[in-house]
Amino acid sequence: MTAALRFDQIRLPEECEKLRGEVRAFLAEEIAAGTFNPHEPLLEDADNLEFSRRVGERGWIGMTWPKQYGGHERSFLERYVITEEMRVANAPTRRFFVADRQSGPVLLKYANERIKMDILPRICRGEVCFAIGMSEPNSGSDLFAAKTKATKTDGGWLINGTKIWTTSAHMADYMLAIFRTSPPTKENRRHGLTQFLVDMKAPGITVNPIEQISGLKEFNEVVFKDLFLPDDHALGEIDGAWKQATSELAYERSGPERFLETYYVLTELVRALGPNPDTRSAEGVGRLVAQLHTMRRMSVSVAGMLQAGKEPVVEASIVKDIGTIWEQQLPHRVRDLAAFIDTEAANHSTLEEQLAFATRTAPKLTIQGGTTEVLRGIIARGLGLR
Amino acid sequence: MTDNIVAETAERIFTDLADAQSINSAKDSGWKTALWDTLAESGLTLTWVPEDCGGSGASLADGFSVANSAGRFAIAVPLVETMLAGWLLSQAGLPSPAGRMTVAPARPQDRVTIDADGLLTGRVRGVPYASEADHLAVIASGTKGFTIALVEASACQIEAGANLGNDASSIVVFQQVKPVSAKLAPENLTPTTLMLMGATLRSLQIAGALETMLDMTVRYSNERVAFEKPISKFQAVQHNLAKLAGEVAAAVAAAGSAADAIANATSFDDAIFLEAASAKIRCAEAAEKGTAIAHQVHGAIGFSMEHILHRYTLRSLAWRDDFGHESYWANELGKLVATRGADDLWPLVASR
Repeated sequence: MTAALRFDQIRLPEECEKLRGEVRAFLAEEIAAGTFNPHEPLLEDADNLEFSRRVGERGWIGMTWPKQYGGHERSFLERYVITEEMRVANAPTRRFFVADRQSGPVLLKYANERIKMDILPRICRGEVCFAIGMSEPNSGSDLFAAKTKATKTDGGWLINGTKIWTTSAHMADYMLAIFRTSPPTKENRRHGLTQFLVDMKAPGITVNPIEQISGLKEFNEVVFKDLFLPDDHALGEIDGAWKQATSELAYERSGPERFLETYYVLTELVRALGPNPDTRSAEGVGRLVAQLHTMRRMSVSVAGMLQAGKEPVVEASIVKDIGTIWEQQLPHRVRDLAAFIDTEAANHSTLEEQLAFATRTAPKLTIQGGTTEVLRGIIARGLGLR
Repeated sequence: MTDNIVAETAERIFTDLADAQSINSAKDSGWKTALWDTLAESGLTLTWVPEDCGGSGASLADGFSVANSAGRFAIAVPLVETMLAGWLLSQAGLPSPAGRMTVAPARPQDRVTIDADGLLTGRVRGVPYASEADHLAVIASGTKGFTIALVEASACQIEAGANLGNDASSIVVFQQVKPVSAKLAPENLTPTTLMLMGATLRSLQIAGALETMLDMTVRYSNERVAFEKPISKFQAVQHNLAKLAGEVAAAVAAAGSAADAIANATSFDDAIFLEAASAKIRCAEAAEKGTAIAHQVHGAIGFSMEHILHRYTLRSLAWRDDFGHESYWANELGKLVATRGADDLWPLVASR
């Protein structure tokens, strides 16, 4: 076989199921206390510092990191359980989610000891929010066209330029960004970019909110004018950021958030249809559940293979490709299946509100964190076509 | 690539005696005899029959690997059907005879009944390889519950027929047929159990056929030159192949998960129902989407009988019909989800 795709049959071990019970009990308490409403998907209260701190107290942020940095040295499968339960409950995880998933691991790998000791424990306590500075006004998927410049100066770098579509920049404490430290070379157009840690409270940064069609204002334009970054804020190899995106990307691509973003509309549809759905509705729900189950099994498998030290890069990209298209289409399928439900049904207005929000959110799902087109290019390379 | 010696044996035999190109250009069906005889001698046909019932006594996991491999080679003899028949008979402690077998019913809507004199009656459709089989293993309903019976094919009325892949598939009529042997099924073993087992086997076969389609299609796209370059260099073709890989991945994962679940299960509960039904639904969907892309990339050559692509594409489409159409399973799964209620959907999914 030239293109064997492998999905090891990973079942979550006993300790994960114990943890699942704990996180469900915790979320039930938070819901009972009015911290968030599980039927109201990620509205404006998505950032909740107090909730974030309580999650940190439970030891559920930075779970897989070394204890010396505030982590808990637990498995990626345990982290998986926390992530999926929080997502399904629509818990307000925005403050810590990006830091926990990708920023922390980058710091662990490339930051010096002082920075790690300073920032990582605070992430684990749920206090720190990270943004990711990739896209620019003239470079999105074409990451290596980034122009925001880092110019060498005494003891550090001066940053000038603009990042855009930066989620959470308005509330972030830090940003991990790539800046241009050298021009690309003829041989390697990916050369010349360096990853930096940016303290968002430093002078020289202006954050301008951008309203989204979902009604939220998570996006921002971030303008840097002579922002000074000390030398130790350059992470990893100067000019070599392109080498640093390896297996972390597989985690980022294949997690449960890549197919559960609009899951709430399926739950609400089942509620609206009641215990005796007609054949059309039952068949429609059955197909959606089969597709969901399959994606989750794929996603758990990738998590397990990563935990075992394998590098399922193609499989992870497939999970995101299929998963994001599914969660994007889900509100439309649910709308079809809900078409004949009596509008007087008890939860009908909840379903309608959820559908409206999910439908407005859907277009971004196949764009953020690597577009469908980029993913298919990666899969094609894995198949030996490029 | 397999992990166990049983499946390795199967693959070796398939490689030697079931080469798709040789079979496709064969003038007669002599290859079937050679392939079957070797499979029977190796004990693979009775993979799931315990040694004291005349079989090889291999594990469920081993047998599922064989089915996946049979799909990858688009095997067109009743190997998987005989395995399943042997499994069904052994559930009631009935020994398996030598020779080709199949099972009835093969569709969840069909029923065979057994009367007080132990005679079988019923009309069942789409029974794979019935016209080539020596015996049928039947699960029949009667006043005392379900009975598992071994029946001679010659005692039934079998109409000739074929599925989409041109493999034998027949309507079988039982008119007061006296079984060779029969025993009450163990408690908890129902026609649904047989359908779940059959659906999982067909899912594994579809996944295997899709794996081969992906392999063939990638290779062809790298060889075929158009507009002065291999067609694999065109982004539209690359993206189609990436979509095919996604469908193959989903099928492999869903079928593998169901097989793993059943192999490690103590009973056929809601979780196993979710696994097996989902596998059949998702693999059938993958067969539809995947075969379309494999054919599109191959162009006209893949539409010719001379090319072997149809051996995989048409069979994967045909297998959708056996042991429950995907819409049947989707309806049943949807009803299960509705009965359990909205707030119990996620716990069910997360339990796997």
